[in-house]
Amino acid sequence: MARAISPQKKWTFTILAWIVALIIFFPILWTFLTAFKTEGDAILFPPAFLPPHWTLENFFEVQTRSNYFKHFFNSVVISVGSTLIGLVIAVPAAWSMAFAPTKRTKDILMWMLSTKMMPAVGVLVPIFLIFKNLGLLDTLGGLTGILMLINLPIMVWMLYTYFREIPIDILEASRMDGAVLWKEIVYILLPMAIPGIASTLLLNVILAWNEAFWTLNLSAANAAPLTAFIASYSSPEGLFWAKLSAASTLAIAPILILGWFSQKQLVRGMTFGAVK
Amino acid sequence: MGKIVLEGVEKHFGNVKVISNVSLTVEDGAFVVFVGPSGCGKSTLLRLIAGLEDVTSGKIYIDGVNVVDLPPAKRGLSMVFQSYALYPHMSVRGNIGFGLKMAGMPKEEIRTRVDAAAATLNLTPYLERKPRMLSGGQRQRVAIGRAIVREPKGFLFDEPLSNLDAALRVNMRIEIARLQKSLATTAIYVTHDQVEAMTMADKIVVLNAGSVEQVGSPLELYERPDNLFVAGFIGSPKMNLITGATAEPYGAATIGIRPEHLAVAGDGDGWAGTISVAEHLGSDTFLYVEVPGVGLLTARTQGEVAFHAGERVMLHPDPARLHRFDKSGLAIRN
Repeated sequence: MARAISPQKKWTFTILAWIVALIIFFPILWTFLTAFKTEGDAILFPPAFLPPHWTLENFFEVQTRSNYFKHFFNSVVISVGSTLIGLVIAVPAAWSMAFAPTKRTKDILMWMLSTKMMPAVGVLVPIFLIFKNLGLLDTLGGLTGILMLINLPIMVWMLYTYFREIPIDILEASRMDGAVLWKEIVYILLPMAIPGIASTLLLNVILAWNEAFWTLNLSAANAAPLTAFIASYSSPEGLFWAKLSAASTLAIAPILILGWFSQKQLVRGMTFGAVK
Repeated sequence: MGKIVLEGVEKHFGNVKVISNVSLTVEDGAFVVFVGPSGCGKSTLLRLIAGLEDVTSGKIYIDGVNVVDLPPAKRGLSMVFQSYALYPHMSVRGNIGFGLKMAGMPKEEIRTRVDAAAATLNLTPYLERKPRMLSGGQRQRVAIGRAIVREPKGFLFDEPLSNLDAALRVNMRIEIARLQKSLATTAIYVTHDQVEAMTMADKIVVLNAGSVEQVGSPLELYERPDNLFVAGFIGSPKMNLITGATAEPYGAATIGIRPEHLAVAGDGDGWAGTISVAEHLGSDTFLYVEVPGVGLLTARTQGEVAFHAGERVMLHPDPARLHRFDKSGLAIRN
C-alpha cells in the first residue's frame, strides 16, 4: 500500500521546506542586495532590505581597485587546470582499483579518504616551506598543483564508484578484440563513463573554485584567485560592506551559474550507484 | 589453422584450486564442448585459454606456440560472452568492426568485411543501430559477428545461449553449429546444458570440480561413461543408478541403466513397482516407477503407452545396455 499523505501534511512540509531553503539562501540574497547599496545604506540600522538608492558604483570600483578579471582568470586557470590534471591521474588509478583490485585496494581507498579528514592547517607549515623552497609561492602552477592534490582523493573515489558499475565483460571483450590498455580506456571505458566523468569534473571545478584555505595562504598578488580578491575587502581600515558584497557577488556568480545549469548532472553524480 | 593443446594446466585462486592438472588436445577445426555443473571450472578453463586469466602452472599451445605469457589480443582467438558484452556506445557496425580497427585495418576493408559478416548473420538492416535497440537474439548475433569478422584461429563461446528463451536457443544452437562447420574454425564452447553439448559437439569434455572426468564423442560418453559422474551427467532423463543388493548379482557396487533401456510390461520378470507419475509427451512417455528396495526409477518408452499412475508394472533392464561401476565409481569393463 502506498503511504497516504494528507493534503494538510503536504502543505505543512512544503512550507517548512521553503522556510529552510530561504534561511539557507538568505545570506546570498543579502550579499547580492547589499552589492547594489551605497556604503552608507549598507550599514544602516535598522537595515534596509532593498537598497534605498540602487547603484552599480561598487562593481566599477571593485574592478578598478582590485582588477576583478585578473583574479577571475586565475580562478579559472587554477580550478579547471587542477581538475584536468587530476583527471589524468585519477582515471588510471580508478581503473586499476575497479578492475584489477588487490587485497589492499579497499585500505588504499580508505587511506586516501582519510587524508580529507585531516585539518589542512596541520600541514600548512611544511607545505608552505616546500612551496617557498621550490619557488612555488604565489604562482599559478603551485596553486594548481596543491588543489589538484587535495581534490585527487575525491576524484579517484568518484571515478572508482562509476567504473565499478561498468561490466568487466565489456572491457574483456575489448581485450579479446585486441585493444591494449590505453585503447581499452580511451575507446571503451571513457565513452561509457562520460556521465560519471562529467560530474566528477564539475564537482571538482566547483570545489577548487571555492577553496579558500590554500589559495589564501599560498598566494599574494600574482596568482591570487577570487577567494583572495574577496578577502582583500576585509581590511584593517574597516569593512566596506557594499564593496565586499559586490566582490562576493562577482566571485560566486560564475560558479553559481555553472552549478545551476549542471545541477541535474551533479545530483546524478552524487547519487550514482546508490540504487541499482 | 587452430590446434589448441593444454598441458598440465592448473589455476589456483589463493588457496583454492579451481583447475587441477588439465591436459587436452583440441584438433584444428573441431567443435569441442566443455560441460559440467555450475562451479566445475569450465568457464575458468575457457578464460585461461583466452588469456583473460593467467595460468598458475602448465602450458597452453595454440598452433604449437606456448601462449601462456601472451595477452588475449596476441593469441588470435575471439570470444562470445554470456552477457554478449557489446559496446553500448557503438553501433552494430562499430561493434563488429572494433577488432579490425584495433588491428589497424584500412577503413574500406573494415567496411567490406563487416558488411559480409552482417550479411551472413542477417544483421544488415540493423548495422547503424545501437545494441540497446536490438532484441536478445540480435544482440547475440552481433556478438557472434564480432567474433567471426576477425577470422580468428579459434572461437571461444562462454555459455552464449543461456540468456535466450527456449525457442530461440534451439535456433541459435543450429545456427552456431552450421556457421562453425562452414567456417571450419576451431571452437570451444562452454555450457552447463548437456543437451547443447550432445547436439553441437564433435568432442565433449566433461568437467567436475576442476578436473576432466572424461573426453569423448557425444555417443561415446552416452554409451561408455567412464565413471558414475559422467553416467549421471550425460543423458536426459538421467541414468538410473542402483546400489546395494540389486547391484550385487551383477558383480558391481552400482549398476546404471538408462530410462530408454528399461522395458516396461504389465507382467513377466524384472523389477516390480508402482507407477507414481506418468508424463505423456506424445513422442515419448516417461514413467516414474517406485520399486520397493530399489527406489524411484525412470523408464522411457517411445510413443504413447497405456500405462497410468498407480498401475503395477514390471521393469526389465536390457542386460546388454547395463553399466557396472565399482566402489570408487569407476566403470567395470569386461
